[in-house]
Amino acid sequence: MSQAPLKVRDEMARRIRAHGVETYPHECCGALLGRDGDGTREVIDLLPLANRRDDSPRNRFEVTPDDVRLAEKTAREKRLELIGWYHSHPDAPARPSEFDRDHAWPWYSYIIVSVQKGEPKDMTSWRLHDDRAAYDPEQIETVAHPASI
Amino acid sequence: MAVKVIIPTPLRAYAGKQESVEVQAGTVAEALTALTGKFGDLKKHLFSDDGRLRSFVNVYVNDEDIRYLQKDQTKLREGDTISIVPSIAGGATN
Repeated sequence: MSQAPLKVRDEMARRIRAHGVETYPHECCGALLGRDGDGTREVIDLLPLANRRDDSPRNRFEVTPDDVRLAEKTAREKRLELIGWYHSHPDAPARPSEFDRDHAWPWYSYIIVSVQKGEPKDMTSWRLHDDRAAYDPEQIETVAHPASI
Repeated sequence: MAVKVIIPTPLRAYAGKQESVEVQAGTVAEALTALTGKFGDLKKHLFSDDGRLRSFVNVYVNDEDIRYLQKDQTKLREGDTISIVPSIAGGATN
């Protein structure tokens, strides 16, 4: 299935990488706020969140329903939509794991940044198939701010 | 009795693009059954293969988490609002 690239403002891409470095060797996580419509989707702002998986933060992340509600409220206040989530894979590739797929929701964009030995590397984005069987890669197009969609 | 179910954004495409759906139900379990009866494509996203609510699907009745009420046997009253709220999880394999 082909789909339009996910536009990510360069400042947001930089902040996602910086968050992954900041929490290394633990996983970081946060919400992607932006706009979706007319076949285009753009990440315009972020809401960095605490990783609630205290028991295994090196290879797991969790965003609680209260934090999801906070992200939805923050998006509404900024007149944006909650369009997805980002997290880091410390010392692991920027590819979704089976655990990622099993826990994913459709429609959302899932950005993963690989952080190797404390340095940010690849950044990818993924969307779950309707049948939950797999992810589709979603090309990231970094855009200078401000950009129109 | 008539209750309203709020559909989270990622599932709206499977519920006729509606933000909320009204169903007739006496318990949360009945409401979810009625909802997935109307919109069959929602089922795989809400329930695992063994028929249990997925761990990252959270259900609230008027802002109360049903895990702290009577879970899916929580009784409903006319006009109650049920919210389906995602939690988000994942992580690297190793």
